[in-house]
Parts: sequence; C-alpha cells; structure tokens
Amino acid sequence: MRSQYAIKQLSVFLENRKGRLKELTEILYQAGVNIRALALAESAEFGILRLVVDNPEKARSVLSKAGFTVKEQEVFAVEVEDRPGGFYQVVKLLAEADINIDYTYAFVGGGEKAILIFKVPDEDLERAMEVVARGGIRLVEPIFFYSS
Amino acid sequence: MKPNAADYYAREDLEALQLRRLKETVARVYHLVTFYRHKFEEAGIKPEDIRSLEDLRRLPFTVKQDLRDHYPFGLLAVPLEQVVRIHSSSGTTGKPTVVAYTEHDMRVWTEVMMRTLLMGRVGPGDVVHNAYGYGLFTGGLGFHYGAEALGAAVVPSSVGFTKRQLMLMRDFRATVLCCTPSYALHLAEVAQEEGLDPQKDFRLRAGFFGAEPASPGLRQAVSEVWGLKYFECYGLSEIIGPGVAASCEYGELHIFEDHFLPEIIHPETGEVLPEGEEGELVFTTLTKQALPLIRYRTRDISRLYREPCRCGRTILRMGRVVGRTDDMLIVSGVNVFPSQVEHVLTKVEGLTPNYVIVVDKKGVLDVLEVWVEVDERIFTGDLGSLENLKHKLEEELANHLFLRARVKLVEPKTLERSMGKAKRVIDRRELEEKLGR
Repeated sequence: MRSQYAIKQLSVFLENRKGRLKELTEILYQAGVNIRALALAESAEFGILRLVVDNPEKARSVLSKAGFTVKEQEVFAVEVEDRPGGFYQVVKLLAEADINIDYTYAFVGGGEKAILIFKVPDEDLERAMEVVARGGIRLVEPIFFYSS
Repeated sequence: MKPNAADYYAREDLEALQLRRLKETVARVYHLVTFYRHKFEEAGIKPEDIRSLEDLRRLPFTVKQDLRDHYPFGLLAVPLEQVVRIHSSSGTTGKPTVVAYTEHDMRVWTEVMMRTLLMGRVGPGDVVHNAYGYGLFTGGLGFHYGAEALGAAVVPSSVGFTKRQLMLMRDFRATVLCCTPSYALHLAEVAQEEGLDPQKDFRLRAGFFGAEPASPGLRQAVSEVWGLKYFECYGLSEIIGPGVAASCEYGELHIFEDHFLPEIIHPETGEVLPEGEEGELVFTTLTKQALPLIRYRTRDISRLYREPCRCGRTILRMGRVVGRTDDMLIVSGVNVFPSQVEHVLTKVEGLTPNYVIVVDKKGVLDVLEVWVEVDERIFTGDLGSLENLKHKLEEELANHLFLRARVKLVEPKTLERSMGKAKRVIDRRELEEKLGR
C-alpha cells in the first residue's frame, strides 16, 4: 500500500528570520512549483514548513540549491466527508490500532469532501494505511497532488 | 610599619626600591633559571647591564606558552624543598600552567592582599564572606590569607550552593563579600527570590570583586542592590594571584608596583607605549622567589596613569581591563575557549562544527549563545528532534563550560555569509564599549 499511497512531503527548516518564508515561496513560484498543501510548525526560534507540492523532486532541488535544509518524508492522505465526525473517525481508527500521530493537517476544498494529511512514525506507515482503508476510509493517491 | 605603607612612598624612593629589586630579580633568574639565561644571552644582555628602570625594556618577554613548555617545574628559581604552595590553571587549552610559592612569596602575597582589603578598611570585627573558589584557583586562598592577616573573621564558603551561602551571610552577619561581580548579582537575585531584602536582611558594607571584567553598569548594579562599597581587584596567577592591583575608595585601580613592575606595550610590535596609551599590560615581578617572571605578557588590554590619586596613594594606576589579546573569553567570570565549545559540538554525531559564539550583555549580565548550523545530516524533519538536539547541546555545554549557554539553531551557510569563515566569536560587549558606554 505504501508504494501506492505514500505521498512525498518536504519539511524545510526555517529560522525565525524576517523575509525567510517569502524567499522560500518565491523560489518555488519561480520554479513553477505549485503548493498543494502546507503546514507550518514552529518553536520560539525556528520553524518547520511542511509542503506537499505537485513536483517534489523539483521543489527539493531548487530549495537545496538555494541553501535551505530540506528533508523528504512520506505521509498519507485520506478523503473524508466534510461534516462533524469526519476527522474523528480516522483518528479513532489509528488510536485503536495504537498508532501515534506525529502531526496532521487538513484541507477543506470547497466541495463536500475534506482532505486530511497524516504523518505517523515511518515504521507504522504501512499499517496505518491498512487500518484506515479497512475502516472504510478512502486513501488519496499521490496523483491527486502531483498532477495539478 | 603598616602593611600598606608602600602605597604612599615618594616616587624617587619607590623607584630606587624598584631598581634594586629589579637588579636582584634579573641576577636571580640569570643564574638560577636556564630558560632565562639562554634568553638573556640571545638578547646579548647580562644582569649588570640593568642600570636603570629604563633598561627593563631591553629584556625579553615571557609568555604563557613559556610556562606551558616548562611544565611543571622548569621555570622555578628555587629547589622544590623551598616551595610551600603550588597552584595550577585548569589546562583547558593545553598543558596547565603551574605557579609555585616559597614561604617568602606567601608573605608577599598575603601583604598585597592585605593592601587590597585595606582599601576598604577591613580589619578585626569584620566578617569576610569569601565566595571565590578555593582550590587550585588562586582567588579563594589569596583573599583568605589576606583577610585573616588583618584580623577579620573569614567564612571560607567557596563557590556554589547559593542558598546556603545566603543563609551563612545572613546568620554570620557578613560585612564584606568577596566573589566575582556577576556572582554577587546572582546572590542578590536569589536573595530577592527568597523574599529577602539584600540591604535590610544583610549587613554588607564592602565587596571585593574581580576575576572577570566588570562594566560600570555591573559595578553600579552590584553596589546598589547590596548597598555596599565596590572595590575591584585585579590579578593573575602567573604574577601572584589576586593582589596585583586593587581599587581605592575613589574606584581607581592601584598597582602594587613595589612588587610588580608594570609596562604597557603595543600587542603586535612589543614596543613600550607612552603613559596613558592603551596596550597590553606586562609585568615583571620584583620580589618573587619561586617563580620570578620577567616582562610577562598578560594579554590584558589596559592603560597606566602616573598622576597622583585623590586617595593619596602614589603608586601607579591602571585603567579597567578592556579586553584580551587572545581568543579567550571571560563570560561571567568563567574562562571560555572556542575550542571547548567545538569539543562539545563535535561529540554530537553528524553535527558539522559550524558554529559561532556570541557573547552579549543582557542588562548587566553576560549572556553566552552558541549558534549552530542545522544541515541535512541532522535535520530529521520534525520539531521534537531539533528541540532535543538543542537541549542536549545546552546540557553538554553547561557540563563542560560550567556556564549556561543558550543554543540557537540556524540555517546552514548563514554563519559564513555574515561573518567570514574563521570568525568564531562575536563579542558584543566589546562593541558596546566602543559605542561609548
């Protein structure tokens, strides 16, 4: 399942410095990379920007070249109904399977569906996908993000 | 005779005494220390060539490395049987430097420490709380012997256990405090946290502070918070320990130049600079037996003033030490070498030793920051592991430096870009001084 559904997410180390986020997004814009999903985690001094983009290889290469510290990780995405309990049912399945969620972020795309992205420990990724799929949740294929 | 009578000698009497002692010292080291005999021969100088104090500048310099090269006893001018005390540096940057004292040297040391403490009229009835480190560090025992010789009661509390120190200071009704200025401030802060009033609950009237450079702001803060008279003391173990110079009631640092002959030189050319100019402080010991030093380069940057002081002392004055010629940093009284920081960083697997040490002043306290570059080898992509790395480094640095340092994780290549490759230290305290504080 991993080979079919794992989505490449880029994590970028960002110092809390004025203009740094602007520089990063400008580089992606000029490389023609489209950001499909993003989340910014931050501590007092630095932040980590998580990105799912339409062309991860290209994004990684232009960012590294510009001096950013980039790490590629695999996450998975699911599609749920945009109504009360949508998020809950996925979290419940993972919790019952004793799988820890490192972090998660969500998108509500205007329609009746919401996209949730989950990062779990790498060794649990395959099992997490199976658990949610068995629970009747639809996994989103990478192609959804990559072909924009 | 009063122990501080020499502070008031007429200039010509003092200089006659200095010259006699200089001649004796030069003859001693020439005949008793191979290292000096060779150096004098290289320079083509014989002891009898020293006829005036001006001739001092014909003698070669001694540097810290000479002490290291002759570790442990190679520079001693007396047999070991005559040595009664041995102190040593920690040896963090190489071989430790060893300093030794004969019984006579101990008397000299005690005398100059008495003269230091007499600046604040310390004597019988005073309770001297001595929070300088006891042990190989010369501070603790130096003050201890001086205060005891003056008939004061000494509390040899040494460093650490701040709350217990405060209890002792309060219960024993300490009147005099001896420690580094930043520790004096820390003591006051902890006292206040404990709900105590440093002025009402304590009886300190004078403090003798040294072992680190203190800005006017720090000195003022210490004297205001405790309500005490601030006395500064200057010294270095190679010369004797504390007791090389001390400040009088007007805050002017006086050098005990009947024992330690000072010069100011240009740090690069070695040329002697005229009075009042800033340069490296150099001392020649005039009375030491075990380890006499000829023109020892302190690496401290200061000035000398000859004009008489309002306090009536005739001995030379020196300016506040404004910096050091080498890369050693003194942060809150603790010596920090970039190599120590590097050592800690390189212990963490995968970490590039790409770092910058930033020293700053926060209010009156020194703040040490170590900026470390995060690169793809240590960046796992999650916040927690970076926070862990930061805390681990902070803990390791505290263990190695005996000082709290804040670690700041920065992006790769940001350090080279902004300050060039070799620059490992940014001392913003110096900057502040230069900006006219």
